[in-house]
Amino acid sequence: MLNVILWLPLAAGVLALVAPRATVRWTVLAGALGTLVLAVVLAFDFTVGDAALQHAVDESWIPDLGVRYQLGVDGISLFLVVLTALLWEGAVAFSALRGYPEDGRVRLYYFLLALAETAALGAFLAQDLLLFVLFFDLMLVPFFFLIGAFGNGERIVATTKMIVYTLVGSLLMLVGAIAVAILVSQQTGELSFSMQTLSENLLSTGNQTWIFCFFAAAFLVKMPAFPIHGWMPDAYRAAPIPVLVLLSGVLAKVGAYGFLRVALPIFPDATADLQELVLVIGVASILYGSVMAFTQNDTRLVAGYSSVAQLGFITIGIFSLRPEGANGAVLQMVNHGLVVAGIFLIIAVLWARTGTDDLRRMGGQALRAPVLAALFLVVTLATLAMPGSANFIGEFYILNGVFQSKIVFAFVAATGVAMAAFYALRLYQRTMHNRLPEGATSREISLRDGVVLAPLVAVIVGLALYPGLILDRGEASVAGKIEAVAMADCADESFARSDGGRYVLAFGACADDRYGINDELEEQIRNRLDDTPGGGRWTGYGPVVTTDPLVELSTRGAFSPHSDDNSSAPSLPSPFPR
Amino acid sequence: MTFDAPHIDYAGLSPVIALTAGLVAVLVVGLIGGRERQRVAVSVVGIGVLAVTAGLCIWQWGEGKDLVAGALRLDDLALAATLIAIAAAAFCIPLSWREEAYDRPLGTSGHGEFQALLICSVLGMTLIAQAQNLIVFFVAIELLSIPLYVLCGSALRRERSLESGLKYLIIGSVGSATLLYGLAFVYGASGSTDFGAIRDAVGGSVIDDPLLLIGIALAAAGLGFKLSIAPFHQWTPDVYEGAPTPVTTFMAVATKAAVFCALVRFFDVALGPAVDDWQPALAALAAVSIVVGNVGALGQDSLKRLLGYSGVAQAGYMMVAVVAATEAGVSALVFYLAAYALMNLPAFAVIVIRERETPFGDNIRAVTGLGRERPALAIALTISMLALAGLPGTAGFMGKLFVIEAAVDADYTWLGVMIAIGTMISLAYYLRVVAAIWMSRATEPAPTAMPAIAGGSQEADTAPTGARCAAIVGLLVLAAAATVFFGVIPSPLVDWAANAGQSIGSAFG
Repeated sequence: MLNVILWLPLAAGVLALVAPRATVRWTVLAGALGTLVLAVVLAFDFTVGDAALQHAVDESWIPDLGVRYQLGVDGISLFLVVLTALLWEGAVAFSALRGYPEDGRVRLYYFLLALAETAALGAFLAQDLLLFVLFFDLMLVPFFFLIGAFGNGERIVATTKMIVYTLVGSLLMLVGAIAVAILVSQQTGELSFSMQTLSENLLSTGNQTWIFCFFAAAFLVKMPAFPIHGWMPDAYRAAPIPVLVLLSGVLAKVGAYGFLRVALPIFPDATADLQELVLVIGVASILYGSVMAFTQNDTRLVAGYSSVAQLGFITIGIFSLRPEGANGAVLQMVNHGLVVAGIFLIIAVLWARTGTDDLRRMGGQALRAPVLAALFLVVTLATLAMPGSANFIGEFYILNGVFQSKIVFAFVAATGVAMAAFYALRLYQRTMHNRLPEGATSREISLRDGVVLAPLVAVIVGLALYPGLILDRGEASVAGKIEAVAMADCADESFARSDGGRYVLAFGACADDRYGINDELEEQIRNRLDDTPGGGRWTGYGPVVTTDPLVELSTRGAFSPHSDDNSSAPSLPSPFPR
Repeated sequence: MTFDAPHIDYAGLSPVIALTAGLVAVLVVGLIGGRERQRVAVSVVGIGVLAVTAGLCIWQWGEGKDLVAGALRLDDLALAATLIAIAAAAFCIPLSWREEAYDRPLGTSGHGEFQALLICSVLGMTLIAQAQNLIVFFVAIELLSIPLYVLCGSALRRERSLESGLKYLIIGSVGSATLLYGLAFVYGASGSTDFGAIRDAVGGSVIDDPLLLIGIALAAAGLGFKLSIAPFHQWTPDVYEGAPTPVTTFMAVATKAAVFCALVRFFDVALGPAVDDWQPALAALAAVSIVVGNVGALGQDSLKRLLGYSGVAQAGYMMVAVVAATEAGVSALVFYLAAYALMNLPAFAVIVIRERETPFGDNIRAVTGLGRERPALAIALTISMLALAGLPGTAGFMGKLFVIEAAVDADYTWLGVMIAIGTMISLAYYLRVVAAIWMSRATEPAPTAMPAIAGGSQEADTAPTGARCAAIVGLLVLAAAATVFFGVIPSPLVDWAANAGQSIGSAFG
């Protein structure tokens, strides 16, 4: 199943290379449609509430280097796969119906689109760290050509800038991936890049930190996040619209997804340590992106900077390190992919009517185009996270998570919601309302654009009615990743191990906080311990030796993967009861 | 007094014997008159000799034995290097067809000389890859170098070629002299020319033995010249640019394979016990090479110069594998050498073709707009550039992966990071070529005024001959396809490289 989903687009693309010229676009479109159908089937075939990987594929690939061909899908990647398939279908259909590319190099264009789809799906499906890195890097190659060969304006400069920026991160990520595998192999004696293995054998905090930084650099550049977004404006101005839909709708998500898939489970200590740093970057992205979005006059850049802000939200959702926040982030990734694709398609439609991307020379488009205006309005309201939209639910979950963990960041980030309303409505009003400028015409959306845009809007509306579709499926998997960090975080200050049937527990301040050990409960435990002969003692910050079930229960799950010997320890419930 | 003649293992020596006999045969066949007849006859014999030698190497694969009283060591590592050198030479023979320098009108033996020298150089490479005796080591390195000096200057009517031959001769001789001086010191310190005996004499550390230390430093510098490792690389771009492109191709690919093998044998076998002392020095060379090569390539408009600097950087990456000084490191090196050959051959072949088709020579303008004009060439050159840049889906990515893995495993993570940084810089120039191929329109040929050079013919430097050759296109497409194939299914090549690595495994005891 996953193999077919992954390779079907590329197979169509290769077929297109040899197919007769007139059928090239339809071949690739058929491949994208087939992938979409399979992805939807995959979503319905998914067991809700199961945190484990489903439909897993595990084949030997390069045994000497410890690289395996492992694919799988869980609640985090499921709807990103569907989103990828949906947006690719949209982008290919949009191109095919409009007769892109204009210069007649159809084979090259559609082959690259198909290759890019396989690479993006591969990044979401890969369960082997090296396979993930490989697909992550491979995505760049088709986009380099798509922007460079089919873009407009300063396309070569823009595409070179993009690839250099993004590869700076991802090459360091390659070194990081190799380093983590080698260092783990020195513990286990077997070289493996499997994410499962790597998350079960954690590195020391020091090693985790520098490797985490390499991965974070790659992910943050890809998003892009605030200080390292330099490639974004040029690339967004130069890219052809269908490519931009994919760049902003899907590729940006791979970065955020990478945090959940790779950084949290494999580098939990580093994630916990650097939580605030990433939160600062996320909040800065929200503020900077929002402010830029309502000062820009280029419609593409308004959408581009709004993406920076939205991805800031997704980042802080993940780094709230609360299940709610991270689950909201997963929902928001899908939401944002859908709305940003809608916005870029509408930008292309508007360009056909006004001949410009400049907001100052637009306006009045709603005059004779009520359907276009209505579609755009739905997208706009979803972008600004209007209550009733799935984006609202997503942002609510995210802010809920951040409020729980870092309230200061939540207050600052919440202003981003208000600013989103400002830039989204500004974009809508400047283009659709006011007077029609000279030289621009207002006409209804054509059927060929409508068939691409309408399904997207339908999905946006559908998700607004039933966001639980994504939240329910994501919950279990997300909680698993967050727990890994929570465990590791506490393990710094506390440890637990079984000692001949008696549990040696030690708590630091963080355990108090996380496991809800309040003063009253602490007092209770202390008294019980004092009553038990030889039962142990409570120091507040030192070892407690007890067999008392109350202590065991009230400290749910302080067993950490770092303890010397927890093999015989009972598996305790999650710190976040579901 | 009895005298025991050393046992001669003819099976083990067979590749060397085949090359030597073939060299003579090619020279003789080269005397045939008639341009076309001579070319065909010489090429058939030349490629035949190389094919037979390759067959003998495959036959001897996995044998692992000492030859000629221990002066040579025939193991998979040596055979792997020989096979790469043979493949490069076989690739260069079609490249030289229709090359003006060898298709001489007067009936002199252009192709015969060219291919005889080529085979002679392969013979030198075969020997250096096997050498485990200082004397053989030096003789072999000269045997591979001297034909290359001549080959570089073999386009007799082109000023640039003559200049490049002379430059290479002078700088190459400095390198050889340095190496010889170093080897003499090593002999002086250890009292033996045999690698095994040197290994025993070296013991644990060389730091407190100035004689040995100087010897090793000089030998490393000498080998650095041959490998164009920075800071001994200055000749590389000039010689690459000036030499006839088929020769550049051979030089870039084959020399690296053979001399890296020799380097591994010298350091890991002869100086293996002192690994902690030479490792940091080689690591420094690798890092310098990566930076200098990549930065140097940035502003180059001449594709051959660009590939020359890129070769310096790539040599740096390969040096990282040597620094690792483990079995995995040697495997990584052999894999990278094979991948390097596959990535470079199509690039040079495209340059050869475009030199004959456009008036731009090897300037980047020669490939501008190639995507529309010659899609097959464009795709092959693109794959080659992306592979050199180490993008996934190509053998170049797997090579880097292999090397970085070896480096990290040997606690040289910082060199892995250096490779990543170097690769970032390298993207700027590799992608510039790709951008020229696909994203620009072909430029109209503008006649450039060349200053008259006494003794050189400017027409010969620039005039395109327009000759086309289907064999070259076929070969370069094949090499590009193999680059992608081993990027997706690397296991066969990995296993092959692992064999080579294991064959020298005892050195790392």
